[in-house]
Amino acid sequence: MTTFLSLTFAGLALGAVYFLAASGLSLIYGLMDILNFAHGMFMTLGAYAGWDLATHLPATTPSVLTFAVEVVAAIAGGALVALLTEVVFIRPLYGKPLSQVLVTIGLDLAVVALLLGGFGANSLSLPVPLWFLEATHAGSVLLPNADFIALAAGVVVLVVLEWFLRRTRFGIVIRAGVENREMVSALGVDVGRAFTLVFVIGGAMAGLAGLLYTAVFTGDLLSPLQGDGLLIFAFIVVVIGGLGSIRGSAVAAVVVGLLQDYANYYGGQHAGFSEIGNLSTVLLLALVLEVRPRGLFGRAT
Amino acid sequence: MRVPRLGLAVGVALVVLAALVPYLGLHIPAVLPGTQDVLNSAGNLSILAVSFVFGAVALGYDVLFGYTGLLSLGVVLHFATGVYVFDIALTDWHWSLAAALAITAAVGLGLALVVGAISLRVTGIAFTMVTLAFAQAFYFLIQDNPHGLTGGQDGLALSTTRLPSVLSGAVSNTRSLYWLALAFLVVAGAAVWIFIESSVGHVLVAVRDNEARVEVLGLRPFGFKLAAYTLSSLVATGAGVVYLLLIGTAVPDAVATTTLTLAIVVMVMLGGAASRGGAVTGGILYWYLESLLVKVSGQPSFAGLPAVVRVPLSQPQFLLGAIFILFVFFVPGGLAGTVARLRARRAGGSPGPGHPVTAHSVLARLVPSRSDKEAS
Amino acid sequence: MTYAIELEDVHVSLGGSHVLQGVSFRVPTGGVTALLGRNGVGKTTTLRAIMGLAPHTGTVRVLAHDTRGLAVHRVARLGVGYVPEDRDVFAGLTVAENLRLAERVEVPAYDDAFALFPDLADRLRQRAGSLSGGQQQMLAIARVLLNRWPLLVVDEPSKGLAPKLVGEVADALSRVATTSTVLLVEQNLAVVRRLAERVVVLDHGRVVHQGPVGDLDDADLARQLLGVAAAP
Ligand SMILES: Nc1ncnc2c1ncn2[C@@H]1O[C@H](COP(=O)(O)OP(=O)(O)O)[C@@H](O)[C@H]1O
Ligand SMILES: [Mg+2]
Repeated sequence: MTTFLSLTFAGLALGAVYFLAASGLSLIYGLMDILNFAHGMFMTLGAYAGWDLATHLPATTPSVLTFAVEVVAAIAGGALVALLTEVVFIRPLYGKPLSQVLVTIGLDLAVVALLLGGFGANSLSLPVPLWFLEATHAGSVLLPNADFIALAAGVVVLVVLEWFLRRTRFGIVIRAGVENREMVSALGVDVGRAFTLVFVIGGAMAGLAGLLYTAVFTGDLLSPLQGDGLLIFAFIVVVIGGLGSIRGSAVAAVVVGLLQDYANYYGGQHAGFSEIGNLSTVLLLALVLEVRPRGLFGRAT
Repeated sequence: MRVPRLGLAVGVALVVLAALVPYLGLHIPAVLPGTQDVLNSAGNLSILAVSFVFGAVALGYDVLFGYTGLLSLGVVLHFATGVYVFDIALTDWHWSLAAALAITAAVGLGLALVVGAISLRVTGIAFTMVTLAFAQAFYFLIQDNPHGLTGGQDGLALSTTRLPSVLSGAVSNTRSLYWLALAFLVVAGAAVWIFIESSVGHVLVAVRDNEARVEVLGLRPFGFKLAAYTLSSLVATGAGVVYLLLIGTAVPDAVATTTLTLAIVVMVMLGGAASRGGAVTGGILYWYLESLLVKVSGQPSFAGLPAVVRVPLSQPQFLLGAIFILFVFFVPGGLAGTVARLRARRAGGSPGPGHPVTAHSVLARLVPSRSDKEAS
Repeated sequence: MTYAIELEDVHVSLGGSHVLQGVSFRVPTGGVTALLGRNGVGKTTTLRAIMGLAPHTGTVRVLAHDTRGLAVHRVARLGVGYVPEDRDVFAGLTVAENLRLAERVEVPAYDDAFALFPDLADRLRQRAGSLSGGQQQMLAIARVLLNRWPLLVVDEPSKGLAPKLVGEVADALSRVATTSTVLLVEQNLAVVRRLAERVVVLDHGRVVHQGPVGDLDDADLARQLLGVAAAP
């Protein structure tokens, strides 16, 4: 039981990071029909931005403040890269969704290669406060502190995003655009600005996801390839949840995170099953698509 | 069946020329991808041979991507199946060559039918995602080293004891392996060509252009799409076998990653989707360029360059990604599209309705337009 | 005479078929002009070309501005309210959100909209997708009234509505027409007779007749042009 509870907790934390990675992807697809392969690079660059700024701080033992700086840098870095991507590469190709997808593929290949050239494939180490590496006792259950951070970030972003989408005019434009982009512009709304905005929001969340993934799940090591690894699971979450649905992404992220953790623990101990957690998420995707091709919360047609 | 005389003649001439390369000891400075500047050196022949393998993969992939309008991201699943099943049969199980080929063909066909049938239940971007997920699952599986069969991350070196000596991968056999790769490319090219020109191929193009209309005619697109998926996958599986013979080892990160999948998409786009000769040219060119860039960036003079120049240039994937982006913006039809446009201009007229489809006209169908969405 | 809309030699091709083949007509400022024609002749496509939603060649002038090169939202901001076919409201948004999305002026005229469609005022928090067909149509019209724009382009507002609702919608449009120019696509000839002063008839992607609405009283002409019985 104790094991089960700590597994559940870790699975939820993983789900929270998946949610951060997936929700921006889902919004971008829902509004613009772009399956954004550059999202993996947004995540990687976010983590590197955090690392870069933290290593330029005056050398001390990493504190909570260090981590706060990393978070801000990751969010800003992800948002900035996403903004540039949208303005320079995506906007000139409006009306050609396939070219846009292909450009994001090229960007991802190019930027990841550049990072490999610049930093090497050997993992850099992200400075994190010592507290992160410790765990909190809840009764007999041991809960890693880092997991709390991931979970809190996931919940905060979900709440803020829901508020933004429900209550602000931009949010309404985005939700309407996901339904019918053409009609939104026929009402005199400049949808192009909404496109840029969802890229920036998606990039910010991706940057945060990349940083948290490093701080919580990779033992503080960051590598140029981590974003693309995470991207696969983000894709899986987005499709299971239903393209364009934030709530769908949230639910699917939790399901995938839990499933992966349980499968890893209970199945992964057997020889030749060390990848069972990853495999199980893919099988879940295949299953969901067979039963509900539009995903759990996808719009009906 | 329409036989484009000129195209066929050019194709035959190129194949004959390629077959003669092992006898051509030409000294060509700088542009050869191998370490020696002699055209028929073992290094150059081996790189060319691998480029033929990827030319064939791209060709098969284009059946699905260009001609049928399906963006699959699962092609490496079938390529890696060829690599690994053949390797496991020979190395782990010590089967004979014939038995190894037979089981590879059987598994390749079975997997193509099963994965194709499941993936094709969904359309559009969901199809893309499912194929990607299957390929990723396969990657995880071979990483996992089930029953010690695949060697996991480290890979599985091919045991050549059961192979005839001409195929054993020793440097002295580079020529025969080169011819094998060329022969495979020719056979795959012929199979794809016959398929595309057959009535099935015509239905596929019709499916791509307007699936609803095909259904109205009383045809079920599913079967045709599955046929395209199967052919495309079998070519990839066969290419995997040849690749393994050439390289001599199976490593998951070399043969089963999403990066390789994306590279194959890039190959087809560089050459030009749905055009005769486009995909194969793109595949060969891509591998040649990547190998050349690896060589150039490894040269001693290179280390003296300032970092801003050296770092990007030392990464072939960076340059290929950048070239690809430029192509998407400025040469959307790929090389084949450009050739067609130039030819049309010389013939003095705008390309009429019969002109080779550009990648854009083909690929615009892959992503549902808003009006389609509204209609659905 | 000034014109709210002018089309000159407008061509549109969709999915390989030449849908509009040189459409030219003008909509005078003020009152209702009806655009008529049988199903599939290109009426909706004409309205979409006017809004910039359908790629076209030829000249479209809206409120004296050439729309060449203008993005769709810029065309709308010239002062055009568009009520699309099949009452395309945003099903996942509430009534209030649908209306808020359409606001383009400092002080939106909610009073006008609710005076015409009091039903909507009571349902602001309801999802538009759960409204009845008639209510959705009213919402689609109400949202383009908020800005008091000088030109409305309305596509088949009575399609699929019960007769009583058709009357209500027609009432509303007739009141709107006292302050705005309306270009109306409509199959219901009774509604056309009641609202429109002028008619433009399309067939096979071309204008085949223009004139006062009284022309429709010639039963033969009406049948020939529209393929429907003209009896009211
Ligand atoms: N996206 C499209 N692709 C191909 N043909 C289309 C498309 N949209 C409309 N059409 C065709 O254009 C013609 C005109 O359509 P439309 O303007 O909607 O007619 P109307 O509104 O007069 O009934 C119809 O024959 C229709 O089939
Ligand atoms: Mg219509």
